[in-house]
Amino acid sequence: MLEIFQYQFMQRALIAAVLVSVACGVVGSYVVIKRIVSLSGAISHAAFGGVGIGYFLGVNPVLAAIPFSIISAIAIGGVKQISNISEDTSIGILWSVGMAIGVIFINLTPGYAPDLFSYLFGSILTVNNTDLYIMFILDMIIIVTVYLFRREFLAVAFDEEFSKVVGLPALLVYMLLLALVALSVVVLIKVVGVILLIALFTIPAAISKQYTYNLKNLMILATILGIVLTTLGLILSYIFNLASGATIVMVLATAFAISYYLKG
Amino acid sequence: MSLKAVEINNLSVKYNEQLVLKDINFSIEEKDFVAIIGPNGGGKSTLLKIILGILTPNTGDVKVFGKAPKKARDLMGYLPQNLKFDHDFPINVFETVLTGRYHGLFKGYTEKDDNAVLQALKDVEMDEFKDRQISKLSGGQMQRVFIARAIVREPKLLIMDEPMASIDPEMQHSFYKLMSRLKDNMAIVLVSHDVGAVSTHVDKIACLNQELFYHGPVENAANGLEEIYHCPIELISHGIPHRVLKDH
Repeated sequence: MLEIFQYQFMQRALIAAVLVSVACGVVGSYVVIKRIVSLSGAISHAAFGGVGIGYFLGVNPVLAAIPFSIISAIAIGGVKQISNISEDTSIGILWSVGMAIGVIFINLTPGYAPDLFSYLFGSILTVNNTDLYIMFILDMIIIVTVYLFRREFLAVAFDEEFSKVVGLPALLVYMLLLALVALSVVVLIKVVGVILLIALFTIPAAISKQYTYNLKNLMILATILGIVLTTLGLILSYIFNLASGATIVMVLATAFAISYYLKG
Repeated sequence: MSLKAVEINNLSVKYNEQLVLKDINFSIEEKDFVAIIGPNGGGKSTLLKIILGILTPNTGDVKVFGKAPKKARDLMGYLPQNLKFDHDFPINVFETVLTGRYHGLFKGYTEKDDNAVLQALKDVEMDEFKDRQISKLSGGQMQRVFIARAIVREPKLLIMDEPMASIDPEMQHSFYKLMSRLKDNMAIVLVSHDVGAVSTHVDKIACLNQELFYHGPVENAANGLEEIYHCPIELISHGIPHRVLKDH
């Protein structure tokens, strides 16, 4: 079975699986413990707006998604501060408006958008070297940022109000965390697509949380689990000739169900 | 003359056009033990958050040890009302208390901080639980951990929002024992909606329902309790007066 990894696209897919799992393990752990899963869902769908703008401007859609998703992440965090619009409402609005912007810009782009589907549902087998470089750099940014701000992220995730009392710039730290979510979204776009990526973000961390009470261990465990499950999904999708993003999501969901059953 | 721990002049707060606090004038001396009682929605938490510098008042002036609240944060410890955190949040007792020693961006915790955490855990008799995951504690134990987090900065003013809400009646005695030890070193202000729970332990009582009525020492409240308190009657009637007051 291992001979399938002789193909170069399979090797790239495997590297991609590792790179997405790092982003998911590290940032996904915060997403799960801070309970910002639906907010992250909104950021991921909003990223599609960036993909559409990328098509329209003729630049790499993944690169175009970076500023766009960071801006939407910060908007969603900021709206709560300056208005009385609830976070729930702004999540709902951003979720669909981001998608709508993407669709309109793709409409406006002359010609046919060949790999549009892969941005929606992911296509780990078409990941190219440029994608891998982008993912690698974003992973590095994520790891360094988390290392530098680990005290702040933990304090804000645990008790935002108390962290303000001890003089921690809680809002700024929260925005930074959302910006990291946005960067992770970009890392994941090519592999599982904006619609499916929230599963990869959530499930490895949610499973790992059942087995450890230490945040660092949680991140490591979630990363390893992400690598194993994504690779398994990749192999199954190859064998059964199924869409890779959807297969990976189903493998993750199955693993979650089994783990929940064993622990519950 | 020593500085007052808290000094509030002509404070008013509006929230969504609704007056929450009206013309509050109030001060807390050093090493005072003050209870602010009042009904839910009476503005108690708002007042605490203004003292802590999390909220800014519309009008009026607040000083904590002579400084603006935001500048006096090193001098304050805070016990929030019932915490909402994820049931299996990956943090243990030690790490929880350590967040109370936060120094600023890019500034790590030192050995001094570790020692302060251990001391604070000893003060609340929770040192043997230091490696325990936070949700694996009983309500009363968790309360102690959060008190440790509040006092780990060695504050001069300890602010507690409904500290009695999450502990069993049996725990109240040991809670006040802990407070009477702590008040040698700091002023303590707590808010509660239950005057009965405040018991004989505090030095002074104030009543807050949009406006604040300061009653001073507890025993002064003996004469004409209802009139003096200006509180909704049900608030004081379920606290038995002789539990509130010293023998008279």
